[in-house]
Amino acid sequence: MAILVLAEHDNVILKPATRNTVAAARKISEKAGGSEIQVLVMGEAARTVAEASALLEGVSKVWLADAQQLGAHTAEVLSAQVLLQLETEQYSHLLAPATTFGKNLLPRVAALLDVQQISGIVDVLSPTTFVRPIYAGNALATIESIGGAVIVLTVLSTGFDATPVTDKSAPIEAVKQIANQTPGIRLVGRQLASCEKIELTAARVVVSGGRGLQKAENFKLLEALAAKLNAAVGASRAAVDAGYVPNDYQVGQTGKIVAPDLYIAVGISGAIQHLAGMRDSKVIVAINKDPDAPIFQVADYGLVGDALEILPQLTAQL
Amino acid sequence: MKVLVPIKRVVDFTVKVRVKPDGSGVDLDNVKMSMNPFDEIAVEEAIRLKERGATTEVVVVSMGSAACQETLRTALAMGADRAILVETNVNLEPLAVAKLLKQIVLKEDPQLVILGKQAIDDDSNQTGQMLAALLNWPQGTFASKLEISGGKATVTREIDGGLETLELPLPAVITTDLRLNEPRYTTLPNIIKAKKRPLDILKVSDLGTDVAPRLKTLQVEAPRPRKAGIRVATVEELVTKLREEAKVI
Repeated sequence: MAILVLAEHDNVILKPATRNTVAAARKISEKAGGSEIQVLVMGEAARTVAEASALLEGVSKVWLADAQQLGAHTAEVLSAQVLLQLETEQYSHLLAPATTFGKNLLPRVAALLDVQQISGIVDVLSPTTFVRPIYAGNALATIESIGGAVIVLTVLSTGFDATPVTDKSAPIEAVKQIANQTPGIRLVGRQLASCEKIELTAARVVVSGGRGLQKAENFKLLEALAAKLNAAVGASRAAVDAGYVPNDYQVGQTGKIVAPDLYIAVGISGAIQHLAGMRDSKVIVAINKDPDAPIFQVADYGLVGDALEILPQLTAQL
Repeated sequence: MKVLVPIKRVVDFTVKVRVKPDGSGVDLDNVKMSMNPFDEIAVEEAIRLKERGATTEVVVVSMGSAACQETLRTALAMGADRAILVETNVNLEPLAVAKLLKQIVLKEDPQLVILGKQAIDDDSNQTGQMLAALLNWPQGTFASKLEISGGKATVTREIDGGLETLELPLPAVITTDLRLNEPRYTTLPNIIKAKKRPLDILKVSDLGTDVAPRLKTLQVEAPRPRKAGIRVATVEELVTKLREEAKVI
């Protein structure tokens, strides 16, 4: 039986988290004796996404469900489409990225299949055994699926290196049937960050600001440092709540979970919920006025001082 | 129009949990327990809907040991009208909770179910979506804004790229995100008033649902500890360390 990965995309570009999810699928496949990996792309005018998915290492086949009613990626119609796919072919595992896309969609699918999903895996120990963080990442649980039905998983990108892009394309096939849209559900609009911003969850370096920056304008100092380092910009919940930056910057237990090579936390105290979002970063730097701030307990390098003075100096010296 | 708000009793968000040395789980002895923060936001939103006249009754429901009555009383003190406890000492997985909630929904007939998006102990983020699937209702997850009017819910959701607004026909399931509202504190007079509000206790067997676990926890361990870090005295020192020692820039 094959493993099915649900692709995350915006109808034009394949999102990076899909590559980490395929990587998890490959790990399961190895342990299961080499099962095939297929990708399902559901959207509108999304041919380029299917083509990008077909180039991912480890993928043997891409299914494309392309229709106007799938274009907004709403969970009701997408979950119905996934169920149609499961009637077409038998799958041992069904995977999606643990992003807001996958978190919104996959549990709905799991319930329709009467399956208990496992959310946010960071490791695969066997085809039926997985590791996931609980209690804001203060514990790691090893979970075995004893159900016997298809195993449904969302995958945390921080646990699996993105699968490479090759120059060989797997075959792409159009699905035979498109699901119906539930009447009355309507996408009113979206307010999205600019595409030019480096994606937080895929960046090698992240520079993150907290309430210690004191004012929204001071985030410019952080952006200047990020530009020098070719880094993505993140924020603590406090900074988002205070209106310094929009919600998509939030790193934490219920925001984005990142594990870059370098995480620089500026004016962030280091609450449990923030640590949950960045504790697996390879190198952590903390800059904070308060020498007793909890963030210093996880930092590899800690600099006590005023962030507003240090940031321009740091930017200048790089 | 009735609103149902499921709530969960979890470890307080200020607690840094410790793993038991035998790997069997997390040490919860004498640990402070509270209403899941996202569920508090859900209760608050339901009460605001009532205050605006968009709903007539707020019913809260919880599933677990008898101690959950405390959590339900807190919700009643915030302003909920009635509480239901499905009493059990068995650990319920999200799918089982969703199935039990479906039975409660069929009995209570609400037009809206508002849940927290995730419980901060299990961090699964599944129950609301699963309930919506079992009921075949539309779902509006990770809500940072909710408007109800003319039989429709307009939900603004926090997504990875920013914000998205959906219009959903009622009845619907909504899950709350952090910035939907700031929950009110319970005042002593309201806590006393809440003691008189009804709290019904049901047994899982009353609801005729299969709640057998589908997952087995083999072990629970602490995350890999980090090597202790150092303090640097100057920006120059930091840059040097990052370049030459850590080699990340």
